[in-house]
Amino acid sequence: MAKYLLLKHYRGAPAAVNDVPMDQWTPEEITAHVRYMNDFAARLEGSGEFVDGQALAPEGTFVRYDGPGRPPVTDGPFAETKDLIAGWMVIDVDSYERAVELAGELSAAPGAGGRPIHEWLELRPFLTEPPTITD
Amino acid sequence: MDGDLLRRLTPQVLGVLVRRGADFAAAEDAVQDALVQAVHGWPADPPRDPLGWLVTVAWHRFLDAGRADAARRRREDLVVEEPAPGPASGVDDTLQLYFLCAHPSLTPSSAVALTLRAVGGLTTRQIARAYLVPEATMAQRISRAKRTVSGVRLDRPGDVATVLRVLYLVFNEGYSGDVDLAAEAVRLTRQLAAMVDHPEVAGLLALMLLHHARRAARTTPDGSLVPLAAQDRSRWDTALIAEGVRILQAALARDRLGEFQAQAAIAALHADARTAGETDWVQIVEWYDELARLTDSPVVRLNRAVAVGEADGAWAGLAALAAVGPSVPRHAAVTAYLHERAGDRATAARWYAEAADRAAHLAERDHLIRQAARLNTRPPG
Repeated sequence: MAKYLLLKHYRGAPAAVNDVPMDQWTPEEITAHVRYMNDFAARLEGSGEFVDGQALAPEGTFVRYDGPGRPPVTDGPFAETKDLIAGWMVIDVDSYERAVELAGELSAAPGAGGRPIHEWLELRPFLTEPPTITD
Repeated sequence: MDGDLLRRLTPQVLGVLVRRGADFAAAEDAVQDALVQAVHGWPADPPRDPLGWLVTVAWHRFLDAGRADAARRRREDLVVEEPAPGPASGVDDTLQLYFLCAHPSLTPSSAVALTLRAVGGLTTRQIARAYLVPEATMAQRISRAKRTVSGVRLDRPGDVATVLRVLYLVFNEGYSGDVDLAAEAVRLTRQLAAMVDHPEVAGLLALMLLHHARRAARTTPDGSLVPLAAQDRSRWDTALIAEGVRILQAALARDRLGEFQAQAAIAALHADARTAGETDWVQIVEWYDELARLTDSPVVRLNRAVAVGEADGAWAGLAALAAVGPSVPRHAAVTAYLHERAGDRATAARWYAEAADRAAHLAERDHLIRQAARLNTRPPG
């Protein structure tokens, strides 16, 4: 088994084929989209491949250490930040091929006009513990 | 096996042990051991006096555990002083436990976890699942909380307001999982109201019951939010509403108004209206004025602006909103709503999209983006 992170971007991924902001969809199209996402997660839970899924607010803060005895420095949010994560799903699957297959299904979620968004999702393998047998 | 009975008895047993002088953390462990033994043993051999049985077993567990460690001498003294078997004042013991678990030295999340475990009798796993954290994390949180309050002397009553805040958090921030946290909060508050004669305890119970009554109407089967005005009121639980109103009226009659009574009064006025159009917004604004006098919270002023918008028109609502800082949660959503009521659909749509970006909850975000979409894609009317 191998764990993969499926990343959905607010910004930073190549443009989707059906690239229309959600507030320009009809309410029914939004409902259909939400249902598709929920059904997808439920199906992965059913198949024993779902680990976690979370959505993130678009606005965050950058924070860094500023030396002993000083409070951390905060900055942002930066409008020019190129990469903005919207949310993730962690899956635990048998193979890279299966991970790609699932990411493809998620990317087919319906959007404006009820047509698939064809959104680019980023697929990242987890670094894991080394195997016991190495030779 | 009656799990409800066990959970009802848990705080009483724990309360007895703590009153007898047991250290809270050790007492809690002993009670959990006794509960496990009860779950296994009772189906085949049910005790005549379940509470007495649990107290006896837990007390002996506590003493057994004590023999093994350095506190031996202290605990042997306790054996000598052991009171007559059987719980003497179960009510006082349970009440003290509420105060202990909501002690001001605990952070809110620790107080919530400890209350659910020690007073509510939930397992660590259930609490962890309810708050969507790993079981080990919740176990650690509870164990740190137990250590924090272990040295607290329960020689005088605590502040009931701290307990109410914890119960309010359990009710209002209840997540999912196999435990119904809202129902659990109602149960614990009901139990508290039976022990403490305090109008704000009654006020919180009434507030919970009146909101719990709307639960079936608050979401669609797929989890989408249904705003108050659009809810199918025939699905509200009239028995809970009647109980909430009765409790609230008795509390208000004592003329010691507090914020939970005022919030419950607003919920009761919504419950009174057979349709959203029949809502008595003028009276609701008056209650928000009372509430603002009691708490002066920006959230109250924000909600008051909505009520003013309904009572006196959208422009009056927007004027009231101008006095509320834009960083208050849901400010953008209220701005959008009032602009739509004022007939400015384009501005409202922009604010709804903005509000969706700032939403703190997934269902709320989906609801707000749907409002923006409705205004952007539907002709008026």
